[in-house]
Amino acid sequence: MLSPLLVLTASFAYLGLLFGVAWWADRRARANRSVIGNAWVYTLSMAVYCTAWTYFGSVGRAASSGVWFLPIYLGPTLAMVLAWMVLRKMIRIARIWRITSIADFVASRYGKSTLLAGLVTLITVVGIVPYIALQLKAIASGYAVLTTPLGQPLPGRTVWWSDGTLYVALALAGFTIAFGTRHLDTTERHEGMVAAIAFESVVKLLAFIAVGVFVTWGLFGGPTDLFARVAAVPELQALLRLSQPGQAFPYAQWFALTVLSMLSVIFLPRQFQVMVVENVDERHLKRAAWAFPAYLLAINVFVLPIAFGGLLYFAGNAVNADTFVLSLPLAEGQQLLALVAFIGGLSAATGMVIVEAIAVSTMVCNDLVMPWLLRTEAFRGRRAGGDGQPAAGDLTGWLLGIRRVAIVAILLLGYLYFHLAGEAYALVSIGLISFAAVAQFAPAMLGGMYWKGGTREGAVTGLLAGSAVWAYTLMLPSIAKSGWWKTDFVTDGPFGIAWLKPEQLFGLSTLDGLTHSLFWSLFANVGLYVAVSLWRRPSAAETSQALLFVDVFHRADAQGARHEGPVFWRGHAKIGDLLGLVGRFLGTKRAQRLFEDYARRTGQAGARQIVPDARFVQFVETQLAGAIGTASARVMVASAVEEEVLDIDDVMRIVDEASQLRAYSRELEEKSASLQRASAELRAANEKLKSLDRLKDDFMSSVTHELRTPLTSIRALSELMVEDPEMPQQERQRFLGIVVAETERLSRLVNQVLDLAKIESGSAQWHDSDVDMKALLTHAAHTVSEMLRERGAQLVLSIPDRAVPTIRADADRLMQVVMNLLGNAAKFVPAEGGRVELRLRTDDAGLSVEVQDNGPGVPPEQRALIFEKFRQGDHANDRPTGTGLGLHISRQIVEHFGGQMELRPDGGQGACFAFTLPWQRHGRPAGAAGRTTYAAAGGRP
Amino acid sequence: MTHKILVADDEPNILISLEYLMKREGYEVFLARDGHEALEMLRRERPHLVLLDVMMPKKTGFEVCQELRSDESLRDTKVLMLTAKGRDTDVAKGMALGASAYMTKPFSTRELVEKVRELLGTSA
Repeated sequence: MLSPLLVLTASFAYLGLLFGVAWWADRRARANRSVIGNAWVYTLSMAVYCTAWTYFGSVGRAASSGVWFLPIYLGPTLAMVLAWMVLRKMIRIARIWRITSIADFVASRYGKSTLLAGLVTLITVVGIVPYIALQLKAIASGYAVLTTPLGQPLPGRTVWWSDGTLYVALALAGFTIAFGTRHLDTTERHEGMVAAIAFESVVKLLAFIAVGVFVTWGLFGGPTDLFARVAAVPELQALLRLSQPGQAFPYAQWFALTVLSMLSVIFLPRQFQVMVVENVDERHLKRAAWAFPAYLLAINVFVLPIAFGGLLYFAGNAVNADTFVLSLPLAEGQQLLALVAFIGGLSAATGMVIVEAIAVSTMVCNDLVMPWLLRTEAFRGRRAGGDGQPAAGDLTGWLLGIRRVAIVAILLLGYLYFHLAGEAYALVSIGLISFAAVAQFAPAMLGGMYWKGGTREGAVTGLLAGSAVWAYTLMLPSIAKSGWWKTDFVTDGPFGIAWLKPEQLFGLSTLDGLTHSLFWSLFANVGLYVAVSLWRRPSAAETSQALLFVDVFHRADAQGARHEGPVFWRGHAKIGDLLGLVGRFLGTKRAQRLFEDYARRTGQAGARQIVPDARFVQFVETQLAGAIGTASARVMVASAVEEEVLDIDDVMRIVDEASQLRAYSRELEEKSASLQRASAELRAANEKLKSLDRLKDDFMSSVTHELRTPLTSIRALSELMVEDPEMPQQERQRFLGIVVAETERLSRLVNQVLDLAKIESGSAQWHDSDVDMKALLTHAAHTVSEMLRERGAQLVLSIPDRAVPTIRADADRLMQVVMNLLGNAAKFVPAEGGRVELRLRTDDAGLSVEVQDNGPGVPPEQRALIFEKFRQGDHANDRPTGTGLGLHISRQIVEHFGGQMELRPDGGQGACFAFTLPWQRHGRPAGAAGRTTYAAAGGRP
Repeated sequence: MTHKILVADDEPNILISLEYLMKREGYEVFLARDGHEALEMLRRERPHLVLLDVMMPKKTGFEVCQELRSDESLRDTKVLMLTAKGRDTDVAKGMALGASAYMTKPFSTRELVEKVRELLGTSA
């Protein structure tokens, strides 16, 4: 055993540490260096799901029924798979409308109903109290196990004032107040609390794993050894099986438990608090969706080993399996480990109690107490003294006070339940009662998010019926079985009516108590919710909220900014009244700041100059909703402004207008985009035209230049000869020679320009035949070799020996190309030792013809331009007599036959021009295609 | 005194005809086949007038004209631009760069001779 003083000191030291973490995180948050803006912290804070119930109770349940503890963790794992859909929508809705609790969520959805808010709160309180009792019980019994000598019976029940559990409850209340109600916030965010919860999630996980490792490897020889020993004990064999021998697998029970825990991981108030209200970034959900199930897996790995270890170790001794986590280390004399295990359990319990109490106290304050208080004249303070002066005074102190009282009250209620019923049930059973209670919220919540037809009456009747059935079939029997009531009505039915037996309603006797209760309560709940909703048309307020909730992703972006969303409000408001109203609940300074921020965002001069239009009234109401709940905020705003009652047609009209506005703006955007596109296209087309124009202009100018140049010589020389009859015959002869040569040049130019024009316009005549390239090249070589020999140059022809397939082309045109290339080469070869090579090569794709000379080559800066019109290679001394069109035309011809012409890299060995021609031409010539089209078009009338 | 005239053109046949024409008129004639050579001859021989073709390799007539005008010692040289491109923009560009006169190819030999005389101030 450990000394009570040591255990108490360690416990308070640990709580002090938690508080330190919270304080540090709050300080970081104020310095804008938040520690909770992180998906890991978010995930760990979700692990508040694992309470003392997990910590002690799972082992207890595993010890009595084997793997039956599992569905409670499978459910959340499945739920997280769907989290991206459901939770993200909940988070988005809550963020936009500043919804701070599950009661607020339901109330807001069904027309901001005060009645619904109160009802949900009541169900929560009644449902959650056993759960809190469970935590208190866990701490109390853990403490007892640690401080009682081994083998002695645990101390019996004492009178209340000497019961340590009461003081545990009060201490936790104190901590909760310190964590959660130090200031008022319109988002109800508690950074310090979240950080502390994340911290305690780590502590409980590590502590539980430490015990698990100790049991598995310390007490036994590892998992294999442990399970082998279990299998050897006949009484324990059953625990390794899913169903008992001779019985069918209880699908219904597994299904019920899994569904139940799926629902509770989303709808438990503390889960709503950490997952939805405290969420700072929707994207954190992505990681949490796998990391949270991973956490659950980690904390469940050692449940069976500890349970089996305890059963084997204490075989024959009456040791409560719920305390195995503590009693195993203690029995082995591992006092430090036992203390660590206790701290882990304490961590799990306090985490749950703190978050649950904060969440429930917010609900109690906003949804039970405030609506009642606001009905009294002193709190209403209609037209708060005019001009924004808070006549009825600042109510923020009241709000915090109410919450603090609520926290204490909830914990005392928990203690009371523990005191009355706690001994009768194992931990897991108590927890399941709470789970079944919050499962009642599922129809109203899920229906509210996905079905626009759900109404307030539907939700109210569904909730009432569901919770009534829950109370009758689960809660009352649990109290009765604790010995506080006669169990007659459970065993025989009330007044002896058998079909009303709470655990076998209408004779349904094949299900266990929990499954039975869940089946009937959800059956009544869903049935009435849907039936009553369908029976009556939703009111204006319900319709408007339904639209805002169900279509939340249509109307807002990820930052929660509302763009063109409809605003369902019409009336007159005065800025002073609204400022006074917000000031009373948030403090005058905060109100002033909020209004100024709004003015800045909307481009208005200042808080006093804001135009109090519908959107602004909505803004004010949303801010208030964060502090006092949606329903109360609605009541308060309605009391401060003059508003018109909207009927359902108004609502539909507002929706139409908003969506029309959206459609208009989308249309406008599309139009302007298409205009931009069109003008860009126009600009591009214009640029193209301009550049075509410029090209044409350049071409004309070049042609002009090329025509005028020979004309200049011809005219000048002719005039000289005409004016000077005395000119020596020899001179005259030279000049006439030049005139003839220049005339030839002119003719060539005219021919080539016409040729080019024909090719480019597609009107050239092509006389295709099967061309034998070998023969063509041989002929060309023969033609030019004489001219080359005159220049002292040599022609080398290298063609394959074997026959080369023919190619479909115009032989004259190909001859023209080859002659052009050979002619160019001849112009550039050196005067001494000139050499031109003409080569033919073939491959699978086609043939290639190369003309290589040993001249100066083409300078690098001209290589890119050599095929352009009127670009001629410079010659060292005298200008070649070409027209500057030859290569260009040649390339056009080659391309016409589907080939390519290029200047090969020469490596300083002179120029090497080459062209390729494919064996098969792809596509048909443009002219033929044009004729076909024309013929087809001509066939029409 | 005999005026010195530089003829700059990349067309050999035009050089032949202009050389013959200018010599016949009694001038001392120098020839250049590209822009580089033209500037070299201008600096070396300091001709009174240059018949400058626009489209020449290495340096265009425009570039030669521009360099000539920015050189203090050559500033007084008369420039008669000859171009086969008859566009107005080319004429304007040449005049803007400091050409003394402009003629398009093909030109009348008589008109050319008169223009040269006019520029040299030797017209009867």
